[in-house]
Parts: sequence; C-alpha cells; structure tokens
Amino acid sequence: MPLQSTPGHASFDVAVIGAGVVGCAVARRFALAGAKVVLVEKGADILSGASKANSAILHTGFDAPASSLELELVRAGREEYLEIYKQLGLSLVRTGALVCAWSELEAGKLEDIARQGRENGISELGLMTAAAARATMPTLSNGLVAALEVEGEHIIDPWSAPLAYLTQALALGCVFLRGTEVLRGEFDGRWRLETSAGILEVGAVVNAAGLYGDTVDKRLGLAPEFEIKPRKGQFVVLDKAAFRHVPRIVLPVPTEITKGIVVCPTAFGNVLIGPTAEEQDDRVRATVETRTLEALLVRGAEIVPALAGIPVTAVYAGLRPATEKKAYRVIARPEKRAITLGGIRSTGLSAALGLARHALQLHEGFGAAFAPPSALPAVSVPNLTETCQRDWQQPGHGEIVCHCELVTRREIEAALASPVPPGDFGGLRRRTRAGMGRCQGFYCNARLAEMTRGRLATPLAVDEGRKP
Amino acid sequence: MNTPADVLVVGGGPAGVAAALELRRRGVEKVVLLERDCHLGGATRHCSHSPFGMREFGRVYFGAGYGRRLEREAEQAGVDVRFGHSVVRLGEDGSVLVTSPQGVETLRARRIIASTGAREQPRSARLISGDRPIGVVTTGTLQSYVAFHGLMPFRRPVVVGSELVSLSAILTCLAHGARPVAMLEQGSHALARAPLTWLPSLTGIPFLRGAEIVDIRGRDRVEAVQIRHAGEIRTLECDGVLLTGRFTPEASLFLQSDTGVDAGSAGPAVDQDGRSANPLLFAGGNVLRAVETGGWAFREGRSVGAVVAADLKRDPAAPEFIPVTYDDPVKLTVPSLLRPSHLREGAFWHFQLRFRRRAVGRLSLELDGQAIWSRRGRWLPERRVLAPLPPRALLAAHVHFRFQEES
Repeated sequence: MPLQSTPGHASFDVAVIGAGVVGCAVARRFALAGAKVVLVEKGADILSGASKANSAILHTGFDAPASSLELELVRAGREEYLEIYKQLGLSLVRTGALVCAWSELEAGKLEDIARQGRENGISELGLMTAAAARATMPTLSNGLVAALEVEGEHIIDPWSAPLAYLTQALALGCVFLRGTEVLRGEFDGRWRLETSAGILEVGAVVNAAGLYGDTVDKRLGLAPEFEIKPRKGQFVVLDKAAFRHVPRIVLPVPTEITKGIVVCPTAFGNVLIGPTAEEQDDRVRATVETRTLEALLVRGAEIVPALAGIPVTAVYAGLRPATEKKAYRVIARPEKRAITLGGIRSTGLSAALGLARHALQLHEGFGAAFAPPSALPAVSVPNLTETCQRDWQQPGHGEIVCHCELVTRREIEAALASPVPPGDFGGLRRRTRAGMGRCQGFYCNARLAEMTRGRLATPLAVDEGRKP
Repeated sequence: MNTPADVLVVGGGPAGVAAALELRRRGVEKVVLLERDCHLGGATRHCSHSPFGMREFGRVYFGAGYGRRLEREAEQAGVDVRFGHSVVRLGEDGSVLVTSPQGVETLRARRIIASTGAREQPRSARLISGDRPIGVVTTGTLQSYVAFHGLMPFRRPVVVGSELVSLSAILTCLAHGARPVAMLEQGSHALARAPLTWLPSLTGIPFLRGAEIVDIRGRDRVEAVQIRHAGEIRTLECDGVLLTGRFTPEASLFLQSDTGVDAGSAGPAVDQDGRSANPLLFAGGNVLRAVETGGWAFREGRSVGAVVAADLKRDPAAPEFIPVTYDDPVKLTVPSLLRPSHLREGAFWHFQLRFRRRAVGRLSLELDGQAIWSRRGRWLPERRVLAPLPPRALLAAHVHFRFQEES
C-alpha cells in the first residue's frame, strides 16, 4: 500500500496522533507555525474513525453551552474555515438552518435557544411563525408550530476539508505515517514513541486519537482523565431527486443528549437524514440496522412529506467519541509536553481549525517556539460540490467512470497520484465520489477494482480470476 | 451539433438499438444513439450464459456476441451511434445535456426515447443491517468483474435472492472458481421456477427459504453474515455477499426531471405509445419496469420506435392523459397512462402488470366501472401478467384494475 516513506531521521518537534479532522487540522497548524510535524495514523487512510461519518454542517455555535471551550473553538474554527476555504478549494453551501418546533412544548424552548444563541455571539437569529418558516421552505410539514432561523449554519464537504489541511501540512514538510499505531510512549525531556513502524523521537505529542483518545493517553503513561463512551449515529442519504425539497438545514429542538435527527442537503446534491444517538461499548463496529434506517426514513418524511418514496442512495453509521461529560476534554500537561484533544463528540468538523489553534497556543505555553516558514506553498484539493464546475464539464476527462456521480477517469487518476493518495476504497470514494451514487457501484465497481489494483490496503478484487 | 436530430435514443441496450433500427427502417433520417459505454448491448454484454437473439436475429448469441451483432446492425442501418456519451439531464423541451471526453454539449431532437435499462438494488437501498465492508456486490457487478476485467470480488459468497438472475449469478460463481456458501430467499418460495428448485441441491449449495441476513460482519472485507432462518440466528462464514435481483429501473434522468417516475414501477409513467407525461419524451425497455428479458426489451424498443416514427409526422400529442389505477396487490402497470390517440397502432397491445406479493383472487379490468376482462388465479410476485388493452380503453374516463382477493 502507498505508505508515505518513513523519514530519514525519525526526530520531530511534534507528533500528532490520529488523522481525523482534528489531527489533520492540528498537523497543518503546527506546520504553518514552522514545527517539524509527524502525523501518525493507525488506519489505512485519514478519517478512518469518527471523522468519516457526520452531518457535514459548519456550525455557528448558536446552541453550544454558554462560555464553553467548545463554543469558543467552534466559532474560531468556523471563522478560519470561512477565511481559507476558497484558496484550499473547499466547499461552502450557504443554506442557513431552521430549528423546527413540532409541538407547543418545543416552541416554548425556541425563545431560550435564541437567547442563548445571542449570548453566544450569534446575531443572525430570527424567531419565526410556522407560516413565515414555511414561506422560506414550503416543503416543511404543516405540522410545524414555530421555528428559529439561523442564517449562518452552512453545509460543507466533510472529507475534502481535512484532506486539504493535511495536504497543506505535507507541503510544509509534515510527514504522514499511516497504518502506524502508537504502542507506547516515554517522556524524559523528549518523547520516545514506540510505534508499529518503529521509534519516533519527538519534542511534544498531541493526542487527537478520537475514539481511542483515552487508550492513547494510557499508552503514553498519562493519567487518564476521561473514558470514551462511543455514541453511534446512523444516517440515510436520499437520492438527488430529494435535493430540491430540502433547500435548508432542518434542525430539531435539541435535547440534553443530542442535537437530534437532522434533515439537510449535502454538498453533493443529496439529502441526509440522521443521526441517531446510540450508546455502545464497541469502538470498532458502527453497524447500520434495518429498523433504525426505516425509522429515519419515516421521520424524514414526517418533517418533509415530499421525501416519502424517494429512493435511498446510501446508508452509513459512525461513532462519536463521547465521554462521561458533554464538554470537550482538552488537557495540557506542560510537565510532559503533551496535549490531549479528547471527547470531541460532536462539532469536530466545525471546531477542528479552532482546536488546532488552541493546541498551538497551549504548546507555546510549554515554552517552545518555532521559526515560521518563509513562504506558504499554494495548495488546493478538488472541489466536488454539486453546484461547482466539475471535471465532467471539461474536455479531456478521459471517460466517465462513475455515471451516477459523474466521476471522470482523470479525477480518479489524480486522486491516486495526489500527495495523500487514498489508502482504502472508502478513501477513494471520499476523495472522488466514485461509487457513492445511486447504483453504489453496480456499474463502476469492477472498473474501479481494475484502476486501483495494487493501490489499496484491502483490494476490491480477491485475486486475479480467469481471463475473460 | 447545431441541427437537431429527429430522434435521440438514450441508451444502447437491446431496447435502444431496436428503437433506433426501427426508426431508420421507417425512413427517419437523423437518429442519434447515445451510449455511455464504448459498446452496444447494455446489460446483455456481461451475461456469458443467457442466450439472446433467437427471435430478433434468428440465431443464438451469448452476451458479447449479441452486443457485436447490435453494433453491426446499427452501423449498417445508418444509426449515428455516439459512444462514451453520458446523458446528465433530460430537458423538458427535447434537449439533453451530455458529457463525453470532448466535454459537455446540449443536443436537441424532435423526440427523445429513453432506454436506460434497469439495475439491481444495492445493499444500501435494501437497508440491510451490519458493517459496511468490501465484498457486498450485485450480480451485475460480479459479472462485470469477470467479463471485463478477469477479476473476482470474493471466493465464498452468500447469495441472496432466488430470481432467474440468481441462477445466473450462481453459474458465474461456479464458472470462475467461487463457491457460494448458501443461497437465501426471504420468502417461502423461490421467485423463479425450475431450475432454482433443483439447481442448488445438484450443486450442493444449501438453498434456505424464509431466510434473511440480519447482520453483515467484517471490518475491511466481509468475514461472516448472521442469518435468521427457521426462527434461529445462525452465522455463516463467507468472504462476500452477492445480492441478486430486485431490479429497479435506471430512471434517474426522469426522477430528476419534472416528468418524474411512476410510484409503482419506479420508471417513467408512459401511455399506450410509450410516451411519457411530456409528449416529447418516450421510453421503452426495462427502464419501464423491472425486469424483462433482452428479447422482450428488444421487441418493446422496436414497437416504441415504430410509434415514434409515426408521431414525427404529426404535432406532438397533447399533454393531457388519464392515469390507470389499480388495487393494492397489483404493484404496477405498463402503460400506466392512456391518451386519446390519432395513431393507427400503439406500442403496447397489452397492459403488463406485476404483483407485489403472492395472492389468490380475481383480477378485472374496468372501463368506467364496467368489467371488460377478468381472470381468476394464483398470482406470484415478479411474474409478468398480461391483460388486454382494447382500443376503447383510450376513450374511457376511468381505467381501473380491480382485485378481489380470496382467502
């Protein structure tokens, strides 16, 4: 598999453990600051854990707990995303959101949510009557009682953002070690990390291991301060025919436990319904379940009746790294030169860039300083947003490989030859959308097996069959 | 292309090619056939075993050879075939947006025939529980692995389904060194008749009726499935899941257009001429309903081609139509619309019906409340049912299929 070559010398200023959205953002931020960074990932690709499955919303933080670190970092992360997304080729779909109350009881809570939102510094909030809300989105069920409009909530591509962060970090000299697990660590002025691929000497560690945040802290010999309690979320993705019915993000009135079932458009022109919030002990299995998926479809059609009967394109499930507490578990240990970014159970996509800045600040508190690079290399990733110019619209794309998502041969070849090539089939799908459409590879899977031979950790074909 | 074509045919499987050939035979000048692949034949291309072509060409072909015959026929007939052209959008005005290696272009025609075929439903649309590892594929995917690339996605799959295509799937496995672990059918009976009743025992593959997957297990590749069978949960070790059948029309062009799809068939609703709600748009072949044989699709395409050749000589039909309605165990009818017609011959002389489930009872066709045809029997899902479509049905205000179920 296409491992980044191991470094000539295995000595770094900072090791970031975990290449989820937070780890990728942290690697970028430290690299931008001039640190020599190694990003260590157990999986075959970035986003192998919690980060691959979320609702792809760039949050404002209107409903984050007041004066919490989460609120501060969501706001900082969002602000930076809005600054950099264009130059990195990232998506942003300005949909806005409606927090919808489906009962008088829920409607009674909207005012509190609005007040909280204003205290959180979000000004673009508007309480609406059901009629006013349905004027902005006529497909909403007439069971709507009232709504709160949050203009600043947007949709993004949850996979291209971390890919861009890491690509930029690599352009600044960061080393990415995938398929590499941190087994043990010892601190003696500097860290000596024993990994499945050898020894790394580093000045400081940032634990961004998500679902394994507590495990990694223990392996590093750090006193555990939290325990990961995985919370599963299942999602259903509807056919692109649903897109026209859902122009905005439809949020429920949240409970203590979860933001609840969201119905929202995706950057790729689909509609997503989910997530559930299911506590479990298993950190590996994120299964989908027939009955739950059926219930999500029913819920979606209750909220937007026009969704009834629209075919399902995809289903997925992810695990969120929740802990015993709702708050982020950010721990700085100056005496050990270690930072743990734990318990990012939700909002990680929005807060990642903020978390990265915060981690750098905490690290500066350790008394270390880097010399920022003299020049910033220009980096961008393909923008796969449905409404953007895509490769299929340009001559010379070679062929359409995936017709449902209109993915070209040139796009797939470019992904395979990119600085962060996909390590597994999921990674290829996330980078190109090949096989993500309504036929789910009925047509293109075999062609992709051919094009990716020898390139993926788990090949699509078991071996060479008989020649045709 | 600045000059509009007379007819654009979208999809070069049996139905599309047959429509194009018929249009040319009837003297239609400019017939453009758009095919996203680089060969004609559609789904028949990767079917190495099913015989094709007996009725249309008087001899038997196997998948790839049938496709080559279609290519030869289209070339000789002067059809303008464009390979590597994938239609992105159907315009309501007789235009289509197309991408090809040359980029995008908008093509125009006086009429459009969509013959985009059908495909099997993937795991996601079936909402099957479990992990989502590599190795869960459909028959079509398996057959394109072996037919086009000499690859195999698994060695020991569990096969789901008992339609005719399931038999084909098993034969493909056996011919390419894969050994199915078991074959599962959710219902109490095989959906296809013989040889599914005897093939599994002949090959030693257990055929479990009333069995369904309740969990797919595997982190990277499939490692096992859990099934519910005879009231018990069992684990079957395997390295793949082969989902067979449950075809659905590949009707996304309609689904995303204002024309939409029929709730019963999931394909475009068409009238007795194969004409959709939009009088410029026609459809034929398996995009109308899942799923018929290649030969059936060919004949259907030819009929629609003949009607379109006649339709070109007149103004487009008026948009008004009446819908055909039906009682519940009936899943779909084709056609599902009727229009007053000025054409001498329609494309369909029968209603094609399918049942959603097994049912015993009397099926009647009622025109304005009057039964004009009825038949009693035992009706099975996924089997073709034909009912007459008499010319006077086009004059009725209400056309309804009634079903009186007997317990």
